[in-house]
Amino acid sequence: MAFLELKNVSKSYGKGSSKTDVLKNINLSVEEGEFICIIGFSGSGKTTLISLIAGLIEPDEGEILLNGQPIKGPGPDRGIVFQNYSLLPWLNVFGNVGMAVKKVFPKWGKDQRATHSKKYVDMVNLTPALEKLPAELSGGMKQRVSVARALAMNPEILLLDEPLSALDALTRGTLQEEIEKIWAREKKTVVMITNDVDEGMLLADRIIPLKLAPNATFGPEYRINIDRPRDKTALNNNPEFKKIRNSIIKYLMEIGSEIQDNSKDLDFTLPDLKPVEFN
Amino acid sequence: MNSNLNKIEEETTTEVISVSEPTPSKTAKSPVKQSAQNHVPQAPKKPTYERVIKLLKMVGLGFLESLIRLIVGDDPKRQLKRIWLGVGVPLIAFIVFVVAWQITASTLKSDLGKIPSPSEVWGQSEVLWKDHVNERKKEKAFFERVEKRNAKLLARNPQAKVRTPAYTGKPTFIDQIITSLKTVFAGFLLASFIALPIGIFMGLSKTLRIAINPLVQIFKPVSPVVWLLLVTMFVSALISQNIFLGMPKAFIISFISVALCSMWPTLVNTSVGVSSVDKDFINVARVLRLNTWNKIVKVVLPASLPLVFTGLRISLSIAWMVLIAIELLAQNPGLGKFVWDEFQNGSTDSNAKIIVALFVIGSIGFALDRIMVVIQKMVTFNKNDIA
Ligand SMILES: Nc1ncnc2c1ncn2[C@@H]1O[C@H](COP(=O)(O)OP(=O)(O)OP(=O)(O)O)[C@@H](O)[C@H]1O
Ligand SMILES: [Mg+2]
Repeated sequence: MAFLELKNVSKSYGKGSSKTDVLKNINLSVEEGEFICIIGFSGSGKTTLISLIAGLIEPDEGEILLNGQPIKGPGPDRGIVFQNYSLLPWLNVFGNVGMAVKKVFPKWGKDQRATHSKKYVDMVNLTPALEKLPAELSGGMKQRVSVARALAMNPEILLLDEPLSALDALTRGTLQEEIEKIWAREKKTVVMITNDVDEGMLLADRIIPLKLAPNATFGPEYRINIDRPRDKTALNNNPEFKKIRNSIIKYLMEIGSEIQDNSKDLDFTLPDLKPVEFN
Repeated sequence: MNSNLNKIEEETTTEVISVSEPTPSKTAKSPVKQSAQNHVPQAPKKPTYERVIKLLKMVGLGFLESLIRLIVGDDPKRQLKRIWLGVGVPLIAFIVFVVAWQITASTLKSDLGKIPSPSEVWGQSEVLWKDHVNERKKEKAFFERVEKRNAKLLARNPQAKVRTPAYTGKPTFIDQIITSLKTVFAGFLLASFIALPIGIFMGLSKTLRIAINPLVQIFKPVSPVVWLLLVTMFVSALISQNIFLGMPKAFIISFISVALCSMWPTLVNTSVGVSSVDKDFINVARVLRLNTWNKIVKVVLPASLPLVFTGLRISLSIAWMVLIAIELLAQNPGLGKFVWDEFQNGSTDSNAKIIVALFVIGSIGFALDRIMVVIQKMVTFNKNDIA
């Protein structure tokens, strides 16, 4: 039995004529300890999907099972990194992480909680900003705090909604490594949303493209059987990597041309794809 | 191939550059990576005067900033310009105002009375202060006399019944200011005690909001006079003594009326603030499975505090504004009564005294607002957005 299972999940927003069907017949099963990347265009319903798994919204049809049990509402067992960080602006970095730690480990003493919180703030390299309020942080720093908060809750499953999209290439690289390390060390199940094929290739066991809303479903999944830890520079010369990467990009381009056919006036933000030079 | 695909290709070709960039790998811990990791800017240590300036700004005395910077020699030219703009211009405007006032006072005269000139008003403010000082001296002398007499009585007969009679001097202008301040604070506290909880509940429950909102809309624009009459009726019906729980009846009537007039902005703002808390914050509370109490205390209230405080600020300024009228009508011995008594008195000094009261009332109202701003800045998170 799979650890996390989505069975025929559908979700739409609104009612009557303003109803938009976002997700249709989503089926997904994730094994314990697996790293899944979901990739898709903006507006394809990725955040909707992650909110469903988090329990923040309920599916119209179908069911979501965690450990065989249908999920009931959100909970700290599913640590989520929100796309828009969702830090509490009146708490500083330490306070934001600490609040989650306090709720998840209520029996710990104050010192133990502080040590634990600081450990995760340090993991995302924000110790110098421990006392800063979110308003005093850059977008990328906020995102790192959000990652630290989710990790500090020690969740069974980590839901990451484009956790690295606001970061510069260098910081992004470090955090990708960090996420992989944490995943490997703590054996967490990870569902990560991304718009970057390379990021998915670097981290995921499986990459699943999400077609476009309305009625978005999953495209064919791509299994990445490349040994870990994966080295970015070495990957570029790996023939398997090249092959999978090309087919994913080709698939995404096909979806992209469908958009063009369906609605000529819509302007979608495209995923930033990074091919290697073929020679 | 259509244009959209071209777009993807364009992007892909430009992105090649970013791939060939030195991307940090976990094996080689290059110095580039280290600096990238720790690029949290450390605030440089600020000199003492910077901290003083910050403090001054906090309490709303930001215009002193330039003066301090001038003294420590931080870009004197710019500071002089800022002092000119921040202090010089308002000062000139004030002088123009006083001159215009003086001219008006000396030209406009009628049989009913005349507009007091600035110098007369200044003179009366000194008179009011001297009256206060004298009154205090008299009071002190009175109690000393009583004490001496009592001591004598006791020396003659240790069993003698001694008593200290209350001093029955007339309240001075300063006493009246203090009474007004007490009344406004009592009224404001009562208003907050009523409005904050109701506002929170209205914010949390849509049903309650729909239920109470029409009542709020009806009561909000009611004139202070109507509230005063109603409160007078109720209080008189309920309390027969002139002093109740150590408070004079006029005081009770005044502060309850002040509360009823001024509580509405707090009520409305609190309910709006609580009901419009950012959904993301609520989601955080939901993921953490906070219970209702913690959700309110740790997420909803801090998030709505800026709006709540704006409401409290408006309430306090309304409270102060209606207080004078209410005191005047309820004969609560505060500034309102002072103005009324002087008006009734009709002596030559009275008009000048009323204008002294006008400036005092205005200044206190301004000061109260600044105090609220300071508190607001201390407790809310959007410190920089508060005017
Ligand atoms: N609360 C909502 N009410 C109505 N429609 C919504 C709501 N949230 C999302 N939608 C719609 O659902 C669709 C999918 O939104 P979603 O946020 O899941 O996209 P996304 O894939 O996360 O996009 P992005 O990459 O830009 O974050 C969009 O068309 C959006 O307009
Ligand atoms: Mg999204």
